[in-house]
Amino acid sequence: MSHIHTRKFVSADPEKCVGCSVCEYICSFEKEKVFNPLKSRIRVVRLDTIVNMSLSCRLCEDAPCVAACPRDALKQSETTGIIMVDEDKCNGCGWCIEACDYGAIMLHPDKKVVFVCDTCDGNPKCVEWCPEKALDFITKDVLAQKSRISAVKKLFQETLRT
Amino acid sequence: MFGYAGRILRVNLSNGRTRTEPLKEEMAKKYIGGIGLGIRLLIDNSEPGIDPLSPENPLILTTGPFSGTVAPTGGNGHAFVAKSPLTNGVGEAKSHGFFGAELKRAGYDAVIFEGKAEKPVYVWIDDDSVQIMDAKHLWGKSPQETEDIIREDLGDYYIRVAAIGLAGEKLSRIACIINDKTRAAGRCGMGAVMGSKNLKAIAVRGTKDVPVAKPEEFLEFVKILHERMKGPATVKYRTLGTPQNVLVHNSLGCLPTRNFTNAVFEGAEKVSGEYLNMRFVTKIIGCSSCAMRCEHIAVVPEGPYKGTMARVEYEPLWAFGPHCGVDRMDAIIKAIDLCNYYGMDSISAGNIVGFAMDCYEHGILTKEDTGGLDLRFGNAEAMVKLTEMIGKREGLGNILAEGVKRAAEIIGKGAEKFANHIKGLEMTGYDIRGLKTAAVGYAVSFRGADHNRHGAYALDIAGKVDRFKFEKGRSKLVIEIEDLYMIIDSLIVCKFSRGVYYKGFEDLAKYYTLVTGIEMTAEELKKTGERLSNLARLYNIREGLTRKDDHLPIKVMTTPIPDETVSKGSYITQEELDFMLDDYYAHRGWTREGVPTIEKLTELGLEDLAHIVKGKL
Repeated sequence: MSHIHTRKFVSADPEKCVGCSVCEYICSFEKEKVFNPLKSRIRVVRLDTIVNMSLSCRLCEDAPCVAACPRDALKQSETTGIIMVDEDKCNGCGWCIEACDYGAIMLHPDKKVVFVCDTCDGNPKCVEWCPEKALDFITKDVLAQKSRISAVKKLFQETLRT
Repeated sequence: MFGYAGRILRVNLSNGRTRTEPLKEEMAKKYIGGIGLGIRLLIDNSEPGIDPLSPENPLILTTGPFSGTVAPTGGNGHAFVAKSPLTNGVGEAKSHGFFGAELKRAGYDAVIFEGKAEKPVYVWIDDDSVQIMDAKHLWGKSPQETEDIIREDLGDYYIRVAAIGLAGEKLSRIACIINDKTRAAGRCGMGAVMGSKNLKAIAVRGTKDVPVAKPEEFLEFVKILHERMKGPATVKYRTLGTPQNVLVHNSLGCLPTRNFTNAVFEGAEKVSGEYLNMRFVTKIIGCSSCAMRCEHIAVVPEGPYKGTMARVEYEPLWAFGPHCGVDRMDAIIKAIDLCNYYGMDSISAGNIVGFAMDCYEHGILTKEDTGGLDLRFGNAEAMVKLTEMIGKREGLGNILAEGVKRAAEIIGKGAEKFANHIKGLEMTGYDIRGLKTAAVGYAVSFRGADHNRHGAYALDIAGKVDRFKFEKGRSKLVIEIEDLYMIIDSLIVCKFSRGVYYKGFEDLAKYYTLVTGIEMTAEELKKTGERLSNLARLYNIREGLTRKDDHLPIKVMTTPIPDETVSKGSYITQEELDFMLDDYYAHRGWTREGVPTIEKLTELGLEDLAHIVKGKL
């Protein structure tokens, strides 16, 4: 199995996410010891009162952000898939930001280099704190399994109730 | 400073000047933030006797010490304070969402808007940069549209906006200020004050950190609060939500129906929290940093109002529902949505519609006055139409937008009998004829008819006291909650979280110290609550309010509850009210006229305001 099957990333369930941004506060505190959503690696999107979801790095295979960096400042861990930023090489040009389809890599408000979720070394604090249990640290395969299970549960909700 | 930004911003809309001044630690500790700090700034920054809708009335926007941190429900609050155009006393309204946290990150504990702009403007607070921007293209737009346009104009989709709608622009005295599209600083007509300044909106972007004094211990405490918020103390807000009250109040005979004609509503099932959640609630969402989530977002699935979406709480549901004799949830949701769209306090708006219906039923208003609307109780579509007319100030709506007290005076012909208000602020959804602990809380509330200044209804409803008889000493219970609520609204934590501070002042004092680093004991915080309650009273006394303004709605004092229910026959006589007030004032350490004594003010550290009571003792 290639690594993409075993890589776990932080995924938000839009059905459960209420857009409270506890994840943002916890992330900024864990990483930078401050309360400031602008320094969070995970970001809440509230499109509408009922459409809320948090987004963070999805650990793409052959990550386009890495490929886009003209200064070789980004590297991807072969095992975990985490994007690592060499802050000495990064000059904040923003090519990686353009390359990311999810807005998961961002320019740091103070440091002028990019930053991205590192899954807290496999123990993401946002997942631990999410009051709605809307965040999962999960592989894509298990995500698919869970979706299938919930789809089938919905189909057979009458049967399951009895 | 920790928690606090340590700065107050002053924006003079008349001459365009802005400047900041420091918030000193002594002031911060003494008045906390939120409405406490706001009321002190109001006293210090205005002359007695001013017209609330004149440029001389400052509009004060405050955050709390917790705003901008992960403190659950406290991280996101803000408050508006000004002289109320409804009551001529303290006007204050809080709101949550995301706006307050952003303002703190921009670096402000308070913003004082002074004077009046020559033409419509909005204020753009971008960290240290403050600009007064043209708002010609925003005039006439709803708060929601305004938010979208400002974000587009300024090119940042994470900017937070608080704005008024048409009601505020047209100086409707029940206008509110809406942030984050659905959240309202609702009561006391703060939107009219904003409109009177030609101030359409306040847009904020804040990028700074909000430092906390003892972050590790603070987070530990937050974790405990998260756990408590998932427990029994908040279960009502997380499940059925406040609309659960409908059936509870109905069974206790304290659900004001048809403008306080009845206290039981035959259509209660159809406007119950149970029915709402089963058929209309699509999602329950939460504010920034909250672990509770309470916002029940309802969508109308069919019928003439199909697709309408609004957040539904008990009070607006009651005001447009039972209070107007309306049992159609779709129409209630539509009316709430219209309030958000035009920027009106939905409690006051619903109260006024019910008042107009009562006048119509008694022949005081006719079809000629209503523009052909058949305003009988229970006519759901007429209720929606009249709400819209109030929002636009069209026809009869133009008079009603003045608030129920002034509208009754304009209409005359005895309409005053049907105007349910205290101090000019419209009554809320508790039939206090049979809730006599709550009744004293309502009568003395510094912002007028309001359940949220004392919460004393809880004692009545839970059966902890005899709710039909007020005995000597009962006021002490009311005062305890009042002082706690003063602190809750000054820290700006959400009232829905009040049950998770198991040790009351002790928990809140600890919380305060962890965030700000300022030492605070439970005793000191309790004293602070008392100080702030007295401070609000002082402002009202300065503006000419007296014992006679601590009144109850005429119906509450003249019409016994007629329904076959446990509360049948209950009402409050003048003699009973006098007894309540004497008891309350005595426990407050005030004179029989309700004036704080010099000794009391000295004890509370308010001696510098003793001039207000001189000549009144």
